[in-house]
Amino acid sequence: MASAESAAQRWEELSRRWAAFRDGMHEFYVGPYRQMFLSEKRSEDDLFMIVVLGEALGVPDPAAFYSAELMPAVWDDFHAWHRRIGIPDSPLDHIACC
Amino acid sequence: MGSLVLMIIGLAMFAAGYMVYSKYLAKRVYKLNENFKTPSHELNDGVDYVPTNKYILWGHHFTSVAGAAPIVGPAIAVIWGWLPAFLWVTLGTVFFAGMHDFGTLWASMRNKGRSIGALSGRYIGKRGANLFLIVIFLLLLMVIAAFAVVIKNLLISTPTSVIPTWGAIVVALLVGVAVYRLRWPLLPVTIVGVVVLYALIVLGNSVPVVLPESTLGMSPATFWIVALFVYGAIASLLPVWVLLQPRDYINGVQLFVGLILLFGSVLLATLFSAVKPDIVAPMFNTDLPAGTPSMVPLLFVTIACGAISGFHGMVSSGTSSKQIDKETDARFVGYFGAVGEGLLSLGTILAVIGGIKSVADWNEIYSSFGAGGVDAFVKGGGALMENGIGLPASLSATVLATMAVLFAATTMDTGMRLLRFVVQEIGETVKLKITKFPATVIVVVVGLGLTFSQGLGGEGGLRIWPLFGTTNQIMASLSLSIIAVMLIRKRRNPLPAIIPLVLVFVLSFWAAIDQLIAFTTPGSQDWLLFALDVIIIFASVWVGVEAVLAMRRAAKEPPEPEHEDAELSAVREDV
Repeated sequence: MASAESAAQRWEELSRRWAAFRDGMHEFYVGPYRQMFLSEKRSEDDLFMIVVLGEALGVPDPAAFYSAELMPAVWDDFHAWHRRIGIPDSPLDHIACC
Repeated sequence: MGSLVLMIIGLAMFAAGYMVYSKYLAKRVYKLNENFKTPSHELNDGVDYVPTNKYILWGHHFTSVAGAAPIVGPAIAVIWGWLPAFLWVTLGTVFFAGMHDFGTLWASMRNKGRSIGALSGRYIGKRGANLFLIVIFLLLLMVIAAFAVVIKNLLISTPTSVIPTWGAIVVALLVGVAVYRLRWPLLPVTIVGVVVLYALIVLGNSVPVVLPESTLGMSPATFWIVALFVYGAIASLLPVWVLLQPRDYINGVQLFVGLILLFGSVLLATLFSAVKPDIVAPMFNTDLPAGTPSMVPLLFVTIACGAISGFHGMVSSGTSSKQIDKETDARFVGYFGAVGEGLLSLGTILAVIGGIKSVADWNEIYSSFGAGGVDAFVKGGGALMENGIGLPASLSATVLATMAVLFAATTMDTGMRLLRFVVQEIGETVKLKITKFPATVIVVVVGLGLTFSQGLGGEGGLRIWPLFGTTNQIMASLSLSIIAVMLIRKRRNPLPAIIPLVLVFVLSFWAAIDQLIAFTTPGSQDWLLFALDVIIIFASVWVGVEAVLAMRRAAKEPPEPEHEDAELSAVREDV
């Protein structure tokens, strides 16, 4: 009984170490380029934001009918976005986020 | 037997350096404090500032600083005999590189993770920061030119490495797709990637690729250099996940495998092989080939990385300092990172002095300054691995050549990417917006111009190697002067920084002057290198004067309050 318990403990310890090793490898792979990935993702998000809000910002958008549907998806990030791109107050008249 | 004894002495010196000297630095000089809030916690943004496990961070730090330089430098420098190279690598790592890398990490950590450039502004003055941009531009330019030539030489001298070298690019592309597009787990992908890489080495070994006399109207040397620059330009423009990231990763894994193979071979060959790896190289080479420059000061700039390197300080303060979890981890990451580089250099020295079969062979390889280099590493190391682990000599040589090429190539493409950023930054300061394509074209043209400055064989590339060393050491002395100023301000013992600072500065300045004379000597004039050298000398005088003034100011000012670092304003620095 005791040996079964200790075997289970050993197994647990082993799988914990294995998981740590796997995480370590992942960090070794991703770490040095973390910043580049995030900045690339941010540029993609910026583009998406501009496409979705194009019409509202005054850019004629033939697909506005469709992109308007996506507006709720960008709502949460809108405030942080306009602050980050250097516009201190909301650029949209009908949205007072700050 | 000789190689094993040398290896044991070298390893013992590194171990003593880490266990004794770095402990002294940590306790008495840098006074590491476990409770100090490191930038990774204070400014944690999940991007640049991320508390990282010290072993992982050491891996990142070590693979970022280890390029082809710790192989190229020592492999050329043993021309003066094995003892000077061995001593400079071991003592240099223990008292210079370890202290410098650890110190820059600490200095940056105590300044909210700011880079050496920003620190020079704070401690030495604005002019120091301008100097930094000039030096970094030259350094990167020299890296890409010199490494293109190193790779070209290897591809020509070891034609079996052509398939694995270019095949590694395909492996990296597939690893990138497997991990990011297909979402396969990383570990099996890594194992398969490394196995495929070694399979390519075996394939390359049986199918050597020798280019014909003329390819597209170019000689093999010219063709490879142009091909490498084109590759570097494409690699530096692609999204990082496609090529650079998986390539750096596979190379990191390969670096550890390579180190184990090299040191394991020395041990096994001495213990079990019939052909012992005896040292064939002279202890001091008194019969130097014509044209070899004087050992002092050139030895100290030829072995740049592997003893002390300003580039390490850039990595320490650029990225590593922003990820340190606890201040006490700096000793392991910074000092032991330098030891890792020292190990690679020590392995190189063992390969080039113990792997070659006879004194006559050695003399033939080292027939002129710069002729030995990486080819000697490949030949000597190959023979060593044949004796040690039983790999056929040609296959071992292919393994080592591929290893050296991969290190050089990753440094080259990263260098081209960084140089593009520098060009864009310089453009911004003169109010000129340079987008990435024109910036890359500028980098390629200037790099090719430097490489071909002495002929289409790329002679200009390796000719500048000692200049690379000089520039690199000047950067190191700039970093050391910042550490010295900080220590004086805190009223701690500044000698561990000032002694290496003075030595490195004097030697690199002396080397720069020597080279200046050589570049104007009738028969071997080179006005491009002359101009670069003048800039370097100008910069080094500047550093010297600024640093002395800053140290005098620091000594006169009242001592810095104990908690000043912690109270500095926390400003995030873009990397």
